Amino acid sequence: MASNSGFEKYKSDGSLQGNLLEWFDARFPATSMWRGHLSEYYAPKNFNFWYFFGSLAMLVLVLQIVTGIFLVMHYKPDASLNENGIPVAFASVEYIMRDVPWGWLIRYMHSTGASAFFVVVYLHMFRGMLYGSYRQPRELIWIFGTLIFLCLMAEAFMGYLLPWGQMSFWGAQVIVNLFSAIPLIGEPLSLWIRGDFVVGDATLNRFFSFHVIAVPLVLLGLVAAHILALHEVGSNNPDGVEIKKRKGANGHPLDGIPFHPYYSVKDIVGVVVFLMVFSIIVFFAPEGGGYFLEYNNFLPADPLKTPPHIAPVWYFTPYYSLLRAMVWPLFGIDAKFWGVVAMGAGVVILAFLPWLDRSPVKSIRYRGPIFKTLLTIFVIAFFLLGFLGTKSPSYAFFDVIPSAPVAQVLSAYYFLYFLTMPWWSRIDKYKPEPDRVTM
Amino acid sequence: MKKLLTALLFAPALALASGAAIHLDKAPKVQGDQAALQSGARTFVNYCLNCHGASFVRYNRLTELGLTEQQVRENLMFTADKVGEPMRVAAKTGEQKVWFGAAPPDLSLIARARASADGSGADWLYTYLRSFYVDDKRPTGWNNTVFENVGMPHVLWQLQGKQVLNAEHKLELAEPGSLSPAEYDKVVGDLVGFMVWLAEPDAGFRQRLGFGVLAFLVVLFGFAYAMKKQFWKDIK
Repeated sequence: MASNSGFEKYKSDGSLQGNLLEWFDARFPATSMWRGHLSEYYAPKNFNFWYFFGSLAMLVLVLQIVTGIFLVMHYKPDASLNENGIPVAFASVEYIMRDVPWGWLIRYMHSTGASAFFVVVYLHMFRGMLYGSYRQPRELIWIFGTLIFLCLMAEAFMGYLLPWGQMSFWGAQVIVNLFSAIPLIGEPLSLWIRGDFVVGDATLNRFFSFHVIAVPLVLLGLVAAHILALHEVGSNNPDGVEIKKRKGANGHPLDGIPFHPYYSVKDIVGVVVFLMVFSIIVFFAPEGGGYFLEYNNFLPADPLKTPPHIAPVWYFTPYYSLLRAMVWPLFGIDAKFWGVVAMGAGVVILAFLPWLDRSPVKSIRYRGPIFKTLLTIFVIAFFLLGFLGTKSPSYAFFDVIPSAPVAQVLSAYYFLYFLTMPWWSRIDKYKPEPDRVTM
Repeated sequence: MKKLLTALLFAPALALASGAAIHLDKAPKVQGDQAALQSGARTFVNYCLNCHGASFVRYNRLTELGLTEQQVRENLMFTADKVGEPMRVAAKTGEQKVWFGAAPPDLSLIARARASADGSGADWLYTYLRSFYVDDKRPTGWNNTVFENVGMPHVLWQLQGKQVLNAEHKLELAEPGSLSPAEYDKVVGDLVGFMVWLAEPDAGFRQRLGFGVLAFLVVLFGFAYAMKKQFWKDIK
């Protein structure tokens, strides 16, 4: 039973504790929620490595919220200069790093957590693509997931402005300026977003407000919807077969095991391994080689000094490449506008995956060579687009192969992979699915 | 086709050219060497702090380099009255803008900000501070091979002496200073080591703590894995 209704209410055994619980449970769905979502939520027993990243994403979300609460106690969203000529916002971050007890740890956990969030979410999404988790009846889970991904991007983008370093400032300047390419409403729109003619104090304050209140609220709501929808239809698994089709005499799926305690204890192992990797970065390489904390961002924002090379943080770079790949002004509209469209479409197209995929089976285990080949190329293309997004457009592989046309070909592949999927997913070869899951 | 062939022909030369854009010398590792860091602090306070601030660092933090507050107060604290005050610059930013054309940057974080694909921030600073040469075309009379047309004059020239660019565009010591080249490199190495410390004074503690946290997680992993095995032993 997936939904949390239909469970019997708690009956007291006559003890004081029992009476209290009975009183509480009569007025709040406590035991039914516990049983419906944990102790009697039946999950397939064959989850593998790829199934850790959902719970890890939850863990990182909590980490970000808790560390964020403590950062807000000392951070000041103020672009004015202090008596030493340094922006107050920038100085408040260094104050956290140096003068607040354990502030450096909280801040590094938050900055590393941002990157970790995208690592686990990308792996979580890729799991869905491997095993067809987006297919009927899980389309809505997938759509909620895409919205979570969009929210996460907004959250990360606005959070990155807050340290008010050079990359914070110029990254925001570049991205907000993109909106000005939209015909007619572009200029007033970007002015409206910034609240000023350049990124300034007004921008910093509104991004702060969105980063700590608005977007996290939406994010939490979407995560709740994502999990409720999942528990309504039940989890997919690496074989892509529905465990609800085969039920035992007790009405529970034969291949299902209660989430708690089986997956709670298993996920704890995943959490510990994740925390090891996370700690190695936080304690030994918090800058992540310049990818998690960009070196230029240790310089305070200076509106008069444009850095020679403005690169977004690594998790945006595949989509930044899609944006830069559009260099043609179509229909008399600036190429910049089409870049924004490409970047947005790159994310939104994910939501259509449930209807683009026409294969008779869900999991890669029973899919044919066309899927395996095209997906492999897709992964390589995604990594290459990400790599090129960190480089300037004039970058050349081995100093000879210009990267701009390569990025354009890869961007075309990114979209064609999805757009041609209805065709190639139908003509591919398939192996028969088993009746029951395999361990 | 012809273009491609030409491109391939020149590929190795281009690869070399781009690789040799900025060569940075490796800065010596002095983290944990208190004598070196103290000497770096002395050079920093005497030479750098006249124009640059380190406004995120309070003077009493220097006690972490093995000095007493008394020693800091008597030997290093020239720009503040109280030991809890930050290492501010002696001059005013407005005046400096007039003198140099730009306000000298705060140096608290410079060792982190100067890191790049070419090398660490320490490598950059170590090379930069040893790459000044005499250039009459510059208002200060100095130029730098790492930071072209830099606004900063060679503050340490009495120690290093005067370098010039020779015919091969290489640095050459034309007039020796009060220190030998090896002694000068040591002074700069200590100074850069101090600036690395300055950029993140908690870095040493952070790493030591990291080993403890990882040791704890390894033990926790043992328990977590054993618990998972125990719960799952009946699942086939």
